[in-house]
Amino acid sequence: MPETNGNDGKPASPAPPAAGNGNGTGNGGKVAAVVAGAKAVKTRAVEEMKGAIKAPEKTDLWKSVLRVKHDETPRSRALGVLSNVFLHLHPAKVNRDAVAYNYTWGMGGMTFYVYITLVFTGTLLMFYYHPSKVVAFRDILYLESDVPFGKLLRNMHRWGAHLMVIMVELHMFRVFLTGSYKKPREFNWVVGVLLLVLTLLLSFTGYLLPDDQLGFWAVTVGTNMARATPLLGHGGPFGPQMGMTPFNDVRFGLLGGSIVDSNALLRAYIWHCVAIPIIASAFMVVHFWRVRKDGGISGPAPVVLESEIKEPRKI
Amino acid sequence: MDLHQLWTIVSTPDNVPIVLLLFVVPFYAWYGLRQAFANDRLIAQLEADPAMAKTHHRKIQPFKAGWAREVHVWPYLLRIEFLAAIIVTVILMVWSITLNAPLEEPSNPTLTMNPSKAPWYFLGLQEMLVYFDPWMAGVVMPSLIIVGLMVIPYIDANPLGNGYYTYKQRKFSILTFIFGFIVLWVSMIVIGTLIRGPGWMWFWPGTTWDHNRLIFEVNQDLPDIFGITGRVGKIVFGAAVVGGYFAAAAVLIHKLITKTPFNRKIYARMSVLQYVTMQVFLIIMLALPVKILARQLFRIKYVWVTPWFNI
Repeated sequence: MPETNGNDGKPASPAPPAAGNGNGTGNGGKVAAVVAGAKAVKTRAVEEMKGAIKAPEKTDLWKSVLRVKHDETPRSRALGVLSNVFLHLHPAKVNRDAVAYNYTWGMGGMTFYVYITLVFTGTLLMFYYHPSKVVAFRDILYLESDVPFGKLLRNMHRWGAHLMVIMVELHMFRVFLTGSYKKPREFNWVVGVLLLVLTLLLSFTGYLLPDDQLGFWAVTVGTNMARATPLLGHGGPFGPQMGMTPFNDVRFGLLGGSIVDSNALLRAYIWHCVAIPIIASAFMVVHFWRVRKDGGISGPAPVVLESEIKEPRKI
Repeated sequence: MDLHQLWTIVSTPDNVPIVLLLFVVPFYAWYGLRQAFANDRLIAQLEADPAMAKTHHRKIQPFKAGWAREVHVWPYLLRIEFLAAIIVTVILMVWSITLNAPLEEPSNPTLTMNPSKAPWYFLGLQEMLVYFDPWMAGVVMPSLIIVGLMVIPYIDANPLGNGYYTYKQRKFSILTFIFGFIVLWVSMIVIGTLIRGPGWMWFWPGTTWDHNRLIFEVNQDLPDIFGITGRVGKIVFGAAVVGGYFAAAAVLIHKLITKTPFNRKIYARMSVLQYVTMQVFLIIMLALPVKILARQLFRIKYVWVTPWFNI
């Protein structure tokens, strides 16, 4: 096998026979030599190409991208997962019963997938949306009627968000039913609860963005609760005593004003598109990392009998 | 029977997730508990037969000697993840093609929507507003729900049921969670979505939403029922009633968690701090259904009336 640059089977260095071209005029011998040289280069190129097609995994290009062999040996299968940046959160091997649907219900993974879908559709929506009271609603109308697939995009984002909330709740239900929050996974449950809250907040901040009656009144109702915060809201217990007014309490901070208006829209937009996704992503990283560090997914573990409970260690 | 009204409520695009919830939550509850009962039968079998307990692989999943206990992630897990991603995409696509996201009139602060509802996942909290003041239903209770969920791993002293479905080994915690999640959270969302109509009034499914309906409910404060009129009297009386509720609920919960010999064994493992934390959260959780009953049965608005806050 001649050396190639692996890319397209062409020689790594320019072919020497072609160098003589353009030297003389009308010299038959020289032309023949050039033709013969070109033919030799062609045969070599074809051969190299054949080799690359026959065994693409031997080319430098292939090796540079995939780094490890991908044959059917256990070692390669493990490395295929461990040496891949997107897959390396997985262990090389899992509990044989854990891959059945009935234990995990797949809710955690599907939640993450829906989140990715939401980031994708949300980014596309951001191209068509201005967080300004003047045009926000019109942007939605434009998106629904004029942008190619705009309606589908918005629908997917909306229903994906609802689906994510349902899936997160079911994921939590499963984790509880299987006792997966127990030692050593206590802290990951706490992270999970925070992720649940962030999911709800993400969904809630997105509700205002179309700037229609539905979102406006939902957010008005929602943030009116903040007015009743004990100590920190002007309508809450001991709020007035703390010096709270509609212009300095926690609701003012959330809305950037005393009513749901343009500042509230901008704040909802920034929380929804920038701040909460970043915070949630950070917590997700911790959540997934802890799943691995705490010993992978919890089961299905062999059942433990009541008679086998060990005495708790005294502190 | 106003089927048109029912259809309008059920087919409102943003209500579709709740209709979905009505199916998936019972399904997964059944799906999980079915495995729990299967495991419980296996546990009973192993408890009765120590010899079998020594040799059995202790799972309801089949296992034969010589089978690997672990399988490669590639392809056995990744292919499932790939399949799940495709299925979720298809569901989302079909859902998005067939049903449009809602878009109402442009926002108008001068025109109040009636009923004006929060997004569906907060309707449980909005429903709570019927029974509690906003500072309680909108701020204190949600915070307590979040913190209460977070402390679960630290107050559950039961070492059994870690990594497998079981009901018998964790009766108390499972029933408590199902009570909190399904009875309180999900069903209050369902009530808030499907039943509450204009003026946040109760309309049974199938009845017409009557925007002119008036309900004459005379809700009374508990001190008024007892003829207590003084401000200080009301404060003291309310504090006494709330304190009495805390004591009574604590006794009830204590009885529940020390009912069976197994529960007493778990109770003995708990530290004082764990026990107190659990009691506080359970008492407050129980306060919600108690207040609902007090309102529905006795038309009581507030129990504890003070110049600063009412409960």
